[in-house]
Amino acid sequence: MSDGRQLYQEVIMDHNKKPRNYGVLADANRRAEGHNPLCGDHISLSLRLDDDLIREIAFQGETCAICKASASMMTANVKGKSVADAETLIQEFRDMATGKLDTATQSHHLGRLNVFAGVRELPTRVKCAVLPWHTLHAAFHEESSATTESGEF
Amino acid sequence: MTPVPMPKQTAAVLDVDKIRADFPILMRQVHDLPLVYLDNAASSQMPQPVIDRWVRYQQNEHANVHRAVHALSEIATREYEAARDKVARFINAREPREIIFTRGTTEGINLVMHGFGRAFIQQGDEIILSALEHHSNIVPWQMLCEEKGARLRIIPMNDAGELLLDEYEKLFNTHTRLVALAHVSNALGTVNPVREMIHAAHRHGVPVLLDGAQAAPHMAVDVQALDCDFYAFSGHKMCGPTGIGVLYGKAEWLEKMQPYQGGGDMILSVTFEKTTYNAIPYKFEAGTPPIAAAITLGAAMDYLSGIGMDAIAQHERALLRYATGQLRQVKGVRLIGTAQEKAAVLSFTLEGIHPHDAGTLLDMEGIAIRAGHHCAQPVMQRFGVPATARASFAFYNTFAEVDALIAGIHKVQKVFA
Repeated sequence: MSDGRQLYQEVIMDHNKKPRNYGVLADANRRAEGHNPLCGDHISLSLRLDDDLIREIAFQGETCAICKASASMMTANVKGKSVADAETLIQEFRDMATGKLDTATQSHHLGRLNVFAGVRELPTRVKCAVLPWHTLHAAFHEESSATTESGEF
Repeated sequence: MTPVPMPKQTAAVLDVDKIRADFPILMRQVHDLPLVYLDNAASSQMPQPVIDRWVRYQQNEHANVHRAVHALSEIATREYEAARDKVARFINAREPREIIFTRGTTEGINLVMHGFGRAFIQQGDEIILSALEHHSNIVPWQMLCEEKGARLRIIPMNDAGELLLDEYEKLFNTHTRLVALAHVSNALGTVNPVREMIHAAHRHGVPVLLDGAQAAPHMAVDVQALDCDFYAFSGHKMCGPTGIGVLYGKAEWLEKMQPYQGGGDMILSVTFEKTTYNAIPYKFEAGTPPIAAAITLGAAMDYLSGIGMDAIAQHERALLRYATGQLRQVKGVRLIGTAQEKAAVLSFTLEGIHPHDAGTLLDMEGIAIRAGHHCAQPVMQRFGVPATARASFAFYNTFAEVDALIAGIHKVQKVFA
């Protein structure tokens, strides 16, 4: 089975049907919107930061399965982590999706997120997987919106 | 629901197997599976005789046109102008000088925006567009409106994707300067009743530009019978190369219009004090034109004419009817665009499945469709969807490929089940 299909089957079986942390936080102190203008996908993130700790995080949006699963796994992974640790994950996830980080041979902190390495086989869909991470980065930096067309990756 | 039988009587309309043998790309595999190419509304494939024409030009005939006195330049000029004649015949223009070669439909529309719009549209004027336009027939007019202080009026459509003609008639007033309208909708497949709509516009003394990008490849187009003032279309959607398109304009309009770009070939004489423009169509063809692409487009029109546009339309109608019937029987499918008069375009959504996921998973089966907003975001908004999946057919598609699409959709649904 190709990595692309495997990615689909693994992430869709689980996170697309039962997304984690789906919704909006009423007491959020950080929010950001993410857009992929090419496909019309849209995601909104809300976070509650206690000093440097991500206490709560939720996402909502109208997206494809890859983006939704990426967002679901991202929120599950960063909840309870420090902003600095989350920033490390953001960088590593982007590098993995764009092929700069080979998770098979190089060290990383991605754990189960490694399943998204398969998105490299679907070059037209890399942006779908990265959009939630872009949006999280924007939320940390108190930017209200992120787009996949900013040329950052 | 009973299965829709394959329309046997159309088997005789076209010898599709023989036609497919002309298209080398249709023989290739994608992801180790036979290619099922259903993205023809985005771009069509090129048959060998048309590829050969391009090669022959580069091997034997290339030089710049309208310039030198040497043999190759004369041959290139003759073939380039012969291509213009072919285009004129293909759409039944009165004369070849009404045919302007462009880079594609988008450039044709922009040419009308600059040449006609800038000259004849002023503050407070109005331009009528329809709700089903491609961005290329919206954005240039918005740019003009911003520059001139003019405004757009939009013809609404019903839930089937058909324009509301009563509402259209009500949009005209003394400020209306232009109607810019798709002949066939790229996102929905709707064939607009353009003849009637042009007639209505002319009753108000308003000229009409048709975006024919999705019509010219699929039906016989007669610009004199339509009586449109402008007609724009693209070569690469009708078996020709990219980088070449056509703008037809009635000579009386083209004569009055300002040039689109300045440069060589579009002038009669130049001094630093004053430049006199060339006659039409050269006034609108500044610089060295896409000579090879234009000549190859001429060959594509020969190829299509050889098959016959009416036979093409008949085969595609049968494909559409069959595919629509099959798709309607798939649970969870919502067809977007169900007009009475349609080209062979099926835009649809699958319940609980994003079109991009459907597109990726179908691609893994070797099936090429388009997923997205189809450069028609207002259409998506009208139907309340962010995007659709779109299968669009050409005359070289088969009923077996429709079956492959349906089987592929079932597989997609299984992944999401």
